[in-house]
Amino acid sequence: MQTNGKLGSVYLFLVFAVLYAPIVYLIYYSFNSGGTMREFEGFTLEWYQEVFADTRLLIIVLNTFVIALLSSVISTIIGVAGAIAIDKVRRRRTQNTLLSLNNVLIVSPDVIIGASFLILFTMIGIKLGFTSVLLSHIAFSVPIVVLMVLPKLREMSSTLIDAAADLGAGTWQVLTKVVLPFIKPGIFAGFFMALTYSLDDFAVTFFVTGSGFSTLSVEIYSRARQGVSLSINALSALLFLLTVALVVGYYFISQRNSRSAERGMRP
Amino acid sequence: MRADASGTRNLYLVPYLLWIVLFVVAPIVLIVYYSFLDVEGGFTFANYVKFFTPVYMKMTFSSFWYALLITVFSLLVAYPAAYLLTRTRHKQLWLLLIILPSWINLLLKTYAFIGLFGTYGFANALLELTGIGRTQILFTDFSFVFVSVYIFIPFMILPIFNAIEELNPSLVYAARDLGASPWLTFRRVIFPLTLDGVKAGCQAVFIPALSLFMITRLIAGNRVITLGTAIEQHFLVTQDWGMGATIAVFLIIAMAAIMVLTGTKRKAVRDANKR
Repeated sequence: MQTNGKLGSVYLFLVFAVLYAPIVYLIYYSFNSGGTMREFEGFTLEWYQEVFADTRLLIIVLNTFVIALLSSVISTIIGVAGAIAIDKVRRRRTQNTLLSLNNVLIVSPDVIIGASFLILFTMIGIKLGFTSVLLSHIAFSVPIVVLMVLPKLREMSSTLIDAAADLGAGTWQVLTKVVLPFIKPGIFAGFFMALTYSLDDFAVTFFVTGSGFSTLSVEIYSRARQGVSLSINALSALLFLLTVALVVGYYFISQRNSRSAERGMRP
Repeated sequence: MRADASGTRNLYLVPYLLWIVLFVVAPIVLIVYYSFLDVEGGFTFANYVKFFTPVYMKMTFSSFWYALLITVFSLLVAYPAAYLLTRTRHKQLWLLLIILPSWINLLLKTYAFIGLFGTYGFANALLELTGIGRTQILFTDFSFVFVSVYIFIPFMILPIFNAIEELNPSLVYAARDLGASPWLTFRRVIFPLTLDGVKAGCQAVFIPALSLFMITRLIAGNRVITLGTAIEQHFLVTQDWGMGATIAVFLIIAMAAIMVLTGTKRKAVRDANKR
């Protein structure tokens, strides 16, 4: 922070303090034996035990992760296919139309996505629950993957593909040996984005979840409305650790990718 | 080769087009269709007539007003922060630290504010220390705007940060060399050149702010009714899908108008994703 004056540093410090205050606050009181978020009485791990004893909550956590992983894998596959498809379209007009359609779900407010999906699922007769939540998470993750992969495809010189084809590679070989390795950083970035979007989503899930199935956000919402329980604090502390781990993992993967890209794209 | 390429292209398009039809086109069509239905499922214009009654007009107006407040405050906090961030060492790391809280579940953070702003929470303890005394913070307009700004800040900082990063520093030096004061340099050089980032940030904040509903319930205690809250209410509580869809139609129109006014989002998203 050398180049910033004292005032600037103080300002940045304040921004960071406010940004992290709620998280620190939650984690701090998760160790409070007093049972409230008012006064800190004594250190305890009681709430962590409560989280691990709460089978219902654990199942919900598991649900959340299964949905996140499945939806990001499937949306990555559809998204990569979509990006390749858009890239191959020669006509500028068609390409722009496809891109605009792609971005509709990114700019739409969650409430609209949720409400319209609720109508859609009721119309085609999909029961609200696991399937509907999974389908909607796939749906809103696909455009993000496309946007992450497309720039990589555009970066790729078409001579690479021509060279591979000249050397006798078939369409499948060109795809798996040339195209996919080249756009791998984009695919990873898209996958991670889809994962975080899915883990973080509340509004869309809230609309299409029905009564039997629940993800973490929806569960926290209904618990927070009933009042404060410190087991939620304990849970958030655990989730915070997990998020940090994910971010660090993502950071290193992207660092390695950019480094290997510089070296000549062979990992 | 050409024929071969076009043959495979169609194959790639299949799953993607299926997704577009099913999850992009169909939902919009269905929303518009439902906006013409009454509770019994008969065709009606009543929903649109109802939307133009003072109750809904007032709600729309206050929704826009709050979204505007949230956007302006986010911008006021985010611009200096983004600017200062670009001048730190290890700026990518600092930026990552700014984005990190946004990856923590939104509900958890909102839940934390219920504790922080509670009658015996940290904020009130601070107020008591400074001699102002305990006040009601939760369930006020202030807490609603504050928490919303908190939630949206990273989305405002990111595009502005990218815009400032792309700014050629020699332009700033040139302005200073030619005798412009720091304020003049900012007003005539830096700000106009980073306007795209500001626009992208405002878009990324204003549109979701229009349709917030979870924060209105948990933090504002139903005092603030936004378009988002109303849609949720109609779909999940009163089961009047027709009216909910009508509000959604207007929200979509408002959204499209904002997009057109502030230019395309696409570039901004791509810029944000480059990081």
